[in-house]
Amino acid sequence: MADVKKVATRQSYGEALKELGAVHDNLVVLDADLANATKTDIFKKAYPDRHFDCGIAEANMMDVAAGMSTLGLVPFVSTFAMFAAGRAFEMVRNTIGYPHLNVKIGATHGGISVGEDGASHQCCEDFALMRSIPGMTIMSPSDDVEARAMVKAAYEMEGPVYLRFCRLATPVIHEEGFDFKVGKGEVLAQGTDVAIIANGILVPEALDAAKALAEEGISARVINMGTIKPLDEEIVLKAAKECGKIVTVEEHSIIGGLGEAVCSCVAEHCPVPVKRIGVNDEFGHSGPAVELLKQFGLCADNIAKQTKALLGK
Amino acid sequence: MTAEQKKALKLHAVAVREGILTGTHGAKAGHPGGSLSSADLFTYLYFKEMNIDPANPKGEDRDRFVLSKGHTAPGLYAALAERGFFPKEDLPTLRHVGSYLQGHPNMNTVPGVDMSTGSLGQGISAAVGMAKGAKYLNKDFRVYTLLGDGELAEGQVWEATMFAAHYHLDNLCIIVDLNGLQIDGPTSVVMNTAPVDEKFEAFGCDVVEIEGNDFDELEHGFKKFHKNIGKGKPTVILMHTTKGKGVSYMENQVGWHGKAPNDAEYAQGMAELAEARKQIEEA
Repeated sequence: MADVKKVATRQSYGEALKELGAVHDNLVVLDADLANATKTDIFKKAYPDRHFDCGIAEANMMDVAAGMSTLGLVPFVSTFAMFAAGRAFEMVRNTIGYPHLNVKIGATHGGISVGEDGASHQCCEDFALMRSIPGMTIMSPSDDVEARAMVKAAYEMEGPVYLRFCRLATPVIHEEGFDFKVGKGEVLAQGTDVAIIANGILVPEALDAAKALAEEGISARVINMGTIKPLDEEIVLKAAKECGKIVTVEEHSIIGGLGEAVCSCVAEHCPVPVKRIGVNDEFGHSGPAVELLKQFGLCADNIAKQTKALLGK
Repeated sequence: MTAEQKKALKLHAVAVREGILTGTHGAKAGHPGGSLSSADLFTYLYFKEMNIDPANPKGEDRDRFVLSKGHTAPGLYAALAERGFFPKEDLPTLRHVGSYLQGHPNMNTVPGVDMSTGSLGQGISAAVGMAKGAKYLNKDFRVYTLLGDGELAEGQVWEATMFAAHYHLDNLCIIVDLNGLQIDGPTSVVMNTAPVDEKFEAFGCDVVEIEGNDFDELEHGFKKFHKNIGKGKPTVILMHTTKGKGVSYMENQVGWHGKAPNDAEYAQGMAELAEARKQIEEA
């Protein structure tokens, strides 16, 4: 895989903001002293007059963005996922979600792959928190191309959006010009024995797992679920009916994220066995990102292993 | 302000206080105490100070008001109704199922409400965002926000104030209702926020202290704000008031923070306000 192009989706985020900023004067960016890390500094260099540093005060930042949005501005608010979804949860819930304001939350450093910073910064609860807010749209890109498409889609739609980006550079799996649609999943590999529904930076791992499974005669469908909410129930139920078994893969707690969303959907409409792969109700710890992902079973090997176990093979 | 203007304001304030009693009585719940202490301020804002138009509540260049102490919605609603944003007859539906008059302000249902609030400490941040946004958009409108003194214990208030001073938001007027009481008792006992003036000054604001149940004093406070526009500092009006002002049995009673008057209490309060109106008219 050495020749595969790798990009961190936070980088894609910063670049997409700059690109959109060139076209839209009403796009403003707020950050909480992390512009170098969230990559909003790319936007800041191009448009310093509409990049507002809020200092290390995420609660205030969320509500400042809410106020700005009432004037027709489209604020992209950035900090680490831990502070965007965690610390500022109630601000997002009450002052952005409840009035359904047009604020876009660009949360970077989602998941275990934050790496060395350790558990305090490894947010594996953001999907759960954000899913609980009525009217919140939640997206998590699988690669650079999708990340940039999502930023554009978030700008173009009305209402609050939570975007989750990652720190680690990961493979680019989409061709330029990929047509992303909010709320639509994407079948990346056809298969009939089992469906692997993944999101974020684990989508390339799911594809590798499917290749390994194919070598053993197992036909695995791979679905990239870029939007977690609203969930593409159609693609989930089609997979349930046609494949009969589902594995979900996410860099998030198995509580409250993509896995539970898929489980809720199939339990109500088409019950099939589901294996959730994610962080198993535990905190992370420090270490190099790739090593941690392996240790927590968020890698192609474990996806293949768990899929075989689900199939009784 | 002419004597005539002041008389008109006083009469509107009586009507706002009647609206507060009518709303909370109809709701059998709500927060009359802090609504009444701010009733003169609401009146002054909507009848003298702010550039607003009830016929066009979403006008782009209107002044904005954010009720950071959102639980005093009965006061805001009564002022909006008195100003003509919606019928006064709707005030008794406050907090009822199906009413647009939600327990705390909802910007999407109540004409004239500029921001949904209720969770303390957040409204001021939204107001700060509006003021910063106005600067970016080169808009001249002004942004006003009202906080309670108990609310000052929320750390976010100080995050917002720091932001306002840092970005020189002289188009922002932060008003604090210092009525001295909160749910659990006197603010000085529950969590002492004093010295409030020195805190806001230390955060980089220009502070003016007034009696908030006096229209001459309110005028003085807002004149200070007008003078400050263009000078790079947010204005803070510290407004000393009487909680429950205008209804004898509620005045300075902590128990009336969040309790509705029963039928007898409502009748007595309305009679007192009718008497107050008579005295103003005859003066």
